[in-house]
Amino acid sequence: MNVLIGFILAPLLPGVIHRTKAIFAGRNGPPLLQPYFDLLKLLQKGAVYSRTTTWVFRSGPVVGLAAVLIAFLIAPFGGGVALLAFPGDLVLFAYLLGIMRFFTVLAALDTGSSFEGMGASREVTYSALAEPALLLGLAAVARATGNLSLSEMFGGLSCASWTAAPAPLALVCGGLFVVFLAENARIPVDDPNTHLELTMIHEVMVLDHSGPDLAFIQYAAALKLWLLGSLLVGIALPVHGAEPWINLGMALAGMVVLAGIVGVVESCMARLRLIAVPRLLLGAVTLCLVALLLAVWS
Amino acid sequence: MNAWTDTSLIVALLAVLMTLGSSRIALCIRLVAVQGIALSLLPVTTSDTFNSHVWLLAVGTLLVKGILLPWFLHKTRRQADVPREVEPYIGFGASLLVGTAMLTASFWGASVLPLPHHQPPTTLALPISFFCVFSGLFLVASRRKALMQVLGYLVLENGIYIFGIVLVKDQPLLVEMGVLLDLVVGVFVMGIAIFHISREFEHIDADRLNLLNDAVGRDGAA
Amino acid sequence: MIVPLIVLPLSAGVLAFALPHAGLRRGLLILTSAGHTILVASCFAVAPEPLLSGWLGLDAPGLLFLALASLLFLAASVYGLAYLPREDQRAGHKSERVFVGCLLLFLSSMTLATTSQHMGLLWISIEATTLSSAPLIYFHRERRSLEATWKYLLICSVGIALALMGTFFLAVAVTDGKTVPLVVKDLIEAGGMMHTAWMKAAFCFLLVGYGTKMGLAPLHTWLPDAHSESPSPVSALLSGALLNCAFLGILRGLQICHGAGLEQFARELLLLFGIFSMGIAAVFLLRPVDFKRMLAYSSVEHMGILAVGVGLGAAGTSAALLHAVNHSLAKGMLFLVAGNIVAVYNTKSVDSVRGLLRRIPASGFLWVSGFLAITGCPPFGTFLSEFSILRAAADQGLGFIVAAYLVLLGLAFVGMANAFLHMAQGNSKSSLPGKERYLELLPPAVLGSGVLLLGFYIPPHLTSLLETASRALGGAP
Repeated sequence: MNVLIGFILAPLLPGVIHRTKAIFAGRNGPPLLQPYFDLLKLLQKGAVYSRTTTWVFRSGPVVGLAAVLIAFLIAPFGGGVALLAFPGDLVLFAYLLGIMRFFTVLAALDTGSSFEGMGASREVTYSALAEPALLLGLAAVARATGNLSLSEMFGGLSCASWTAAPAPLALVCGGLFVVFLAENARIPVDDPNTHLELTMIHEVMVLDHSGPDLAFIQYAAALKLWLLGSLLVGIALPVHGAEPWINLGMALAGMVVLAGIVGVVESCMARLRLIAVPRLLLGAVTLCLVALLLAVWS
Repeated sequence: MNAWTDTSLIVALLAVLMTLGSSRIALCIRLVAVQGIALSLLPVTTSDTFNSHVWLLAVGTLLVKGILLPWFLHKTRRQADVPREVEPYIGFGASLLVGTAMLTASFWGASVLPLPHHQPPTTLALPISFFCVFSGLFLVASRRKALMQVLGYLVLENGIYIFGIVLVKDQPLLVEMGVLLDLVVGVFVMGIAIFHISREFEHIDADRLNLLNDAVGRDGAA
Repeated sequence: MIVPLIVLPLSAGVLAFALPHAGLRRGLLILTSAGHTILVASCFAVAPEPLLSGWLGLDAPGLLFLALASLLFLAASVYGLAYLPREDQRAGHKSERVFVGCLLLFLSSMTLATTSQHMGLLWISIEATTLSSAPLIYFHRERRSLEATWKYLLICSVGIALALMGTFFLAVAVTDGKTVPLVVKDLIEAGGMMHTAWMKAAFCFLLVGYGTKMGLAPLHTWLPDAHSESPSPVSALLSGALLNCAFLGILRGLQICHGAGLEQFARELLLLFGIFSMGIAAVFLLRPVDFKRMLAYSSVEHMGILAVGVGLGAAGTSAALLHAVNHSLAKGMLFLVAGNIVAVYNTKSVDSVRGLLRRIPASGFLWVSGFLAITGCPPFGTFLSEFSILRAAADQGLGFIVAAYLVLLGLAFVGMANAFLHMAQGNSKSSLPGKERYLELLPPAVLGSGVLLLGFYIPPHLTSLLETASRALGGAP
């Protein structure tokens, strides 16, 4: 059930982010459901493929979407148990996201254009730093709750865990928030609204896709936003009250608030210089490492 | 009280980590001030009795480490006109990684050393104190600007302070005050020295202070 | 008795900052140092009572080092009476007020260091010596002295901070429900219940921390710069008195280790550092370019010898204490004579100085005798003390130590002989006879004759003091 909710509501998050940014800028902004309209529009269009590309280019979006969908089956939401839960599934989770990124990069390199290659190298550099942060953060939560499966970890968290061990959890929240921004190509790591290829990191990799491929990519990006967001909300708001629909409601509210926060961050900050981003990510790695050490120590 | 102690120790820890990775000297001075303020809470949160000794120590530490020394270092920075640290021998990103390695080593080392007799108020104090000592030494050794070396010395002293307050019971007030006084005078003398260095050499890069070596003989005064 | 010893130079130092007239300041300096020496001499006759429930007390090792510091300070002050006017004439700067004031504060902090029996108070006083001596090094207001001052300040402060860590480790090692104050006597008595790992760690930190201040390699890097760039009377004090105070800090740690039964561990570490210091110094003494730097490296070497002597234990301890006396006197003399040489030749380079015996014969004579004294030639006292340490090592069957000791001393002798004799002989470039003031010759001459005398005859007061001190440190007399 949670999975279906995620499938349906995921494109809402980018809509919330855009709306928040528009409000900050004093505009009215696009309607909240705009991403849905965009997806429908793209699905009806035809795709244009460059003559230099091969099957890799065509398979990139499809594999990426498939990976994210499988990851959805592992991630818990709203305090429930995921469909596929087993010890160590957090590693699988991280690497499913990695597969998605890997095929996106491959598709980008397949076009043979230098812009895509540049974007690909930047993206890979940043994710090389963001991935340890993600894994360390999840490891810290695992150590704090004593479980190795995402569902059990997040099920094990509760408001009591926050009062008992606030420091590791707070630090993990901080670190994972930076990872969230980095993995989803948000400011301050990457500017999703830029139209200058030289400043793009993620956008430039998907520059050549069109039609249904682009629809898959945008939907997969929204799903990834939802996934990582659900992790963050699961740690920050571990509400496991009696009623399952209360938990669900709280989790949904948390997701919307998170999207709003991302919109605020995007409106208030500018993108960091490219050489400063690794320092930010190293800071996230450090935060998660400190959280892990604190969780191990106590 | 345990939660407050842990919180102030972790705030101090994060401040040191940020200092390791930061290149702006003004930011580092403020971070050391934050450390000082966090550490001034420790005498209050770790003591069982709240006599005047405890309050005097807490207020003294707050005034010295949180206000007086940072103000003086800011003044020195303005007088010596130092905006930023140049890229040190070990770069900022690498410094952060070294910092995490030192943190892991401190936690490991603290788990190996048993605390002999009494139960300390918090078990976090020993690894964080070791970490501050290591970081302080690292900052003194790897940074080029003399002002950053003084900040490293302050971080070192903070680490020793944590150890002294949390793990050593019933330290006489005189000793603590004497240590604090020495720290104040020490930093003042160092600040004055930095001002002279900036005036004399027109830079405060400690690695460019290399006139004295064993290779060349010199003329000079007695 | 102890309080006036500390308070007299302290108040004089503060007063010196306020006095406007240079002559008044110098008079204050002389009077204070003379008064201080008289008070110390009276402590020989009547042992002073411990104060502040044992925090302050003058035991045998403390009295020995205090007497050396006081004597050297008197010599430096008398020398200063001639030195300061000359510097004033030459450079004309107005920092003499800070100089005299800090000098007196320096004496006060050294007195506090030798009389404190509480490890925390000892730390405070040694840090105070660092802070009060830093402005002294910067007297000449030159780039090189500034650099030397910065290195001195930073390295010694960091090192001493580590010694504070060691002091705290001591406190943790000794807690057992009831708190034991960090007074040396109480710590020795509580030796039985000390936690071994913490005690060992404490001694390591104390050794590294106070060893930095003492000049043990590899922590000695500040020493050649600071001792060579500072004014000569200050160099004499730094090498002859301050290094001893730092050594006292390590000795207190050794006393506590003895009480805890860990003296073998402590001695092995001391031997290691000692031989390493001698080795490093010997390497740098092979081709000296700057004669004050050479004297500084010689201090590193002799500190190494002291560490070896104490590290041997038994008869080595009293030999090391006698050697401390000899070294302080000889090194003080050499630095003061070096001041004379620099004043006349205006250079610190070995190659540029020639013909001492012709141009400034009295100083040249003192220079050569100082050389013989510092390298351990008979009939000077240093021969006796170095030989006793060697014999202590041989008695314990430590062949490697004996061999290394002899080889390293020999290397140092060769290197220094080269420099000293080169400077003393030959013809000076300028034919002007150098002016030698009586006041500049008297203190080194007195110190030198002291070392000479100790080679023939050790006064009974000194012998009994050495015996008591070495027994306190766990060695046989």
